Amino acid sequence: MRIACPLCGERDSREFSYKGHALALERPAEDAGVAAWDDYLHNRDNPAGLTQELWFHDMGCASWLVAERNTVTHEFGAVRLAEDVKGAKP
Amino acid sequence: MRFSALKILKEGLTGNKGWTPHWRDPAPKPAYDAIIIGGGGHGLSTAYYLAKNHGMTNIAVLEKGYIGSGNIGRNTTIVRANYSLEGNSQFYSHSLKLWEGLEQDLNYNAMMSQRGIINLFHSDGQRDAAAKRANMMISQGDDAILLDKTSVRALLPNLNHDNIRFPIYGGLYHKRGGTARHDAVAWGFARGADQRGVDLIQNCEVTGIDIENGVVQGVQTTRGAIRAKKVGMVVAGRSSQVAAMAGMRLPIESHILQAFVSEGLKPCIDHVVTFGMGHMYMSQSDKGGLVFGGDLDFYASYAQRGNLPTAEHVMEAAMCLLPQIGKAKVLRSWGGIMDMTPDGSFIIDKTHIEGFFVNAGWCYGGFKAVPASGYCMAHLMATGQPHEVAKHHRLDRFETGRGLMDEEHRGSQHNLH
Repeated sequence: MRIACPLCGERDSREFSYKGHALALERPAEDAGVAAWDDYLHNRDNPAGLTQELWFHDMGCASWLVAERNTVTHEFGAVRLAEDVKGAKP
Repeated sequence: MRFSALKILKEGLTGNKGWTPHWRDPAPKPAYDAIIIGGGGHGLSTAYYLAKNHGMTNIAVLEKGYIGSGNIGRNTTIVRANYSLEGNSQFYSHSLKLWEGLEQDLNYNAMMSQRGIINLFHSDGQRDAAAKRANMMISQGDDAILLDKTSVRALLPNLNHDNIRFPIYGGLYHKRGGTARHDAVAWGFARGADQRGVDLIQNCEVTGIDIENGVVQGVQTTRGAIRAKKVGMVVAGRSSQVAAMAGMRLPIESHILQAFVSEGLKPCIDHVVTFGMGHMYMSQSDKGGLVFGGDLDFYASYAQRGNLPTAEHVMEAAMCLLPQIGKAKVLRSWGGIMDMTPDGSFIIDKTHIEGFFVNAGWCYGGFKAVPASGYCMAHLMATGQPHEVAKHHRLDRFETGRGLMDEEHRGSQHNLH
């Protein structure tokens, strides 16, 4: 797999670490309750197909990225800086 | 039909014309007492033990492909009982005992080979950890021997014992561990279940789970609706998709684990050898191929194939451990889909839906568990109570934080196991 880092261009996936589905952008409020936190920490949609996930370009520009990827074909779609994705959320 | 030496001799002398199919190919009935979704190793053993131990024979196994087409045919066939946590320890010990009597029980040659497993260690600290694990295995009633440098050299003369970074200090030797023929395990359980009246329905994909007022009523399939008061999902690799049909989200992420087989070679490795520091393990099949694998690729995947960085790493580790492997060619490689749970242990439990049971989250250790998983799942489905050796493997342990089964002491979080 090669990942198109918005800052560095297309790079070998070995430069990146994986942090799973892009849930960190949906972190519940501190007082959201046990069920919401359990769901956030443990449960996953785990789709077979398109998903949004967090990758860290640790051997490159050290950016957190939100990448669209197909879990069946390993094909990447849009890769954006996490700060831009987060900033776009209300 | 029963297999025996006499039968093989007779068939050999009469042109092998008397062999019959190992199981029927029935059409689904409109209703059963219980349905098992998934005709892999665990689903088939669940059906077998439901029939054998609990007398439930009006049951069906629904398989979307053909019997043995999933992870039961895509693994590295290792059988062992070297766990240390309360719960896991009893469960895998029970499983190994079932393995030891399995071929006689099933009247089927599963090529069970207790060739022993040797976990290598390379430092004083690792030796202490191995000694601790060995003591835990012995106190569970299983076997363990701590090998010194000389003993490992005598048992495994072909390894590179003097690698500068990872010199071999010794090994933890689990003699009753070994390998079994993975396909034959599926076929043996399938045949055993079929002989007891279980309907094995292939090419029958479940497309929906019927639930009314919190009680399961049956399933929708590509071959029509089938009613049942008890439905067990035993579909590791696709657990999240099937659970979603019941409106559930599971604490599972699917990851890819690769394995490799070399061309057939003369015998050079008599045991299963694990090289933990290189995230690599290896055994030699009866055909002579070296069967070896490594760690996860560490990203979610349903592709059933991995990427080159992990393959390259595994090859490097193999070269480091057994330099002569560099002369061999890799014949084939594959990837299995692993149900990874946050704590690295499996789930066998009831759900909030009455009559709906879940067997999932086998991470990268499902094969060795095949007999006990079915044994305990059958017990749960038949009696409504968890079996003694699987009572810790609850679905709600992540939510409550009580009874987490974190065998590697890494924490209960995705991507740590």
